[in-house]
Amino acid sequence: MSDVILELKDLHTHFFTDGGEVPAVDGVSFKLHKGEVVGIVGESGCGKSVTSLSIMQLVPNPPGKIVRGEINFKDDNLVNFREKRMKQIRGNEIAMIFQEPMTSLNPVYTIGNQLVEAIRMHRKLSKNEARAKAIEMLQLVGIPRSDEVIDEYPHQLSGGMRQRVMIAMAMSCDPEVLIADEPTTALDVTIQAQILDLMRKLNQEQDTAILLITHDLGVVAEMCDRVVVMYSGQVVEEGTVREILKDPKHPYTKGLIRSLPKIHEKEQKLYSIPGTVAKPTMDATGCRFAPRCEFAFDRCFKENPELYQLANERSSRCFLYDNEERGVEEHVQTDSRG
Amino acid sequence: MSKPILEVNHLKKYFDVKGGVFGRKVGEVKAVDDVSFTVNEGEILGIVGESGCGKSTTGKALLRLIEPTDGEVKFEDQDITSISSEQMRLLRKDMQIIFQDPYASLNPRHTVEKIIGEPLLVHGMNSKEERKARVKELLEVVGLRPYHASRYPHQFSGGQRQRIGIARALANNPKLIICDEPVSALDVSVQSQILNLMEDLRNQFNLTYIFIAHDLSVVKHISDRVGVMYLGKMVELADKDEIYENPKHPYTQALLSAVPVADPDEERDRIILEGDVPSPSNPPSGCPFHTRCPLVMDVCKEDKPQFKEDGDQHFVACHLYN
Repeated sequence: MSDVILELKDLHTHFFTDGGEVPAVDGVSFKLHKGEVVGIVGESGCGKSVTSLSIMQLVPNPPGKIVRGEINFKDDNLVNFREKRMKQIRGNEIAMIFQEPMTSLNPVYTIGNQLVEAIRMHRKLSKNEARAKAIEMLQLVGIPRSDEVIDEYPHQLSGGMRQRVMIAMAMSCDPEVLIADEPTTALDVTIQAQILDLMRKLNQEQDTAILLITHDLGVVAEMCDRVVVMYSGQVVEEGTVREILKDPKHPYTKGLIRSLPKIHEKEQKLYSIPGTVAKPTMDATGCRFAPRCEFAFDRCFKENPELYQLANERSSRCFLYDNEERGVEEHVQTDSRG
Repeated sequence: MSKPILEVNHLKKYFDVKGGVFGRKVGEVKAVDDVSFTVNEGEILGIVGESGCGKSTTGKALLRLIEPTDGEVKFEDQDITSISSEQMRLLRKDMQIIFQDPYASLNPRHTVEKIIGEPLLVHGMNSKEERKARVKELLEVVGLRPYHASRYPHQFSGGQRQRIGIARALANNPKLIICDEPVSALDVSVQSQILNLMEDLRNQFNLTYIFIAHDLSVVKHISDRVGVMYLGKMVELADKDEIYENPKHPYTQALLSAVPVADPDEERDRIILEGDVPSPSNPPSGCPFHTRCPLVMDVCKEDKPQFKEDGDQHFVACHLYN
């Protein structure tokens, strides 16, 4: 399709630590279309944050390094860019907001100072013009008395307000892609609802594509068009939000959804996936999820399944969807229904 | 009807704010401001609220880990706010707590055996052999292996550490356990393991829990009754089905509508509250929620609403129902 704005192709980001090489991102591929909201979901250590940092070329090096793969933004492969070119992209065309709004703002500069710096880095504006633009951005993200807040320091604002400032900063240069790494995890539910509402508005009004990284399937259901599920450094399933939440194909996604306590349903006992999240390692053979999977058979422990394409932009990394194993899938489906 | 194991009457905890050259008291933070509730034997009472609402302070004040400023806490008909600290220490055998962060609440230099064995030693199990046997038994109860006893906390994952924290709380066969955000630091797939374990243990040992959390779905799942706190006050308390299906307080309504649900077909009228939680050092006059309440009336700005029963065992502090 022509409207693909960001495409990851077989991205490998490894960390070289004293304990050996860790493939934190192990062959991740997905596409982000213009104006679309894609969620990357997974538990801690699955590589979702490293994926987003790789796109921005912000993986600390050493120990981290993009070993191979492509990150195609419009017509360029960002992996080949030098730091100087990357600086023009960062903040200007791809912007990012982080989980912890306190640590991502500099405590010794005023809000205005930091916003003006970001704006003037990419736009040829005078200080006064940039300041006016900064106030305008603060109003856009719904900060009351924005002409006063601009001269305040981060500690004077609440968590929700700081996250709004981060969004204002990210949006100040009209980026085409916004990467939001757990933007509401540190916030309370009522504040989370405000921030999600704001992000949805920006997506609709400015047509910004959003890559939303989160562990919260509730947030995904509210925000995303499509979802990429990650486990142990690999994409295990991809599909639209309805497909993923209503008709998950990979046993991990199935387990994840079943283990959520539901607010509107009564149930006696929660389902739980046995064991704990596998850490990515270089010498892993077989499916990463096999040791915890209730459907695992011999082949799962011997070779790692490929990402089987089920339809356009719908895939599952599971042997149950290999044509040779078709019989097994039907068996499993009747099994899980009963 | 089971009898109450814990009765809390007008519990208050004010923290002094000191300032100026001489460190004089310049104000106070009303972290917990006049909270009353009862917990029946064998039930799970959930307490929910956003950060800074005083739910954790309430939990700690119940055990006198933080001395309450005022009010009464009756555990099995004994007022524990007036007893000596030595008597309180002995009583803590029956009242235990599980903390939120399994990384910070276990001493990294102690083995699991020492961590779980310490409460046993404190409460008079002097024989080392007995302690060892009890630790092994406890580890199996919480789903770990006896050989884990000789390991250190850093060798365990978050979920396993929380199991160790639970084993430590269970060591002296307590009657009441206060669980302060026990699953909020855990991943979804591990969270459900711990929730199931806690429910099993409750049934097995006839425990009573006070379950403090900010995640409404988790609280709904595990609790029998739920109390909602806002800015140091309990604003609503009712049976869990009642509170989730028929929330009366506008804050509870907004809170419930703000929870993202993992279902794309779910259509709801979302109530998005304006603004932030006010500072508890300078709470609004009248009803603490009136600054953000979509249904605010004139009376709310002046008068504090009473925490009163409206319907069967459904308590609410709101002028709409007074």
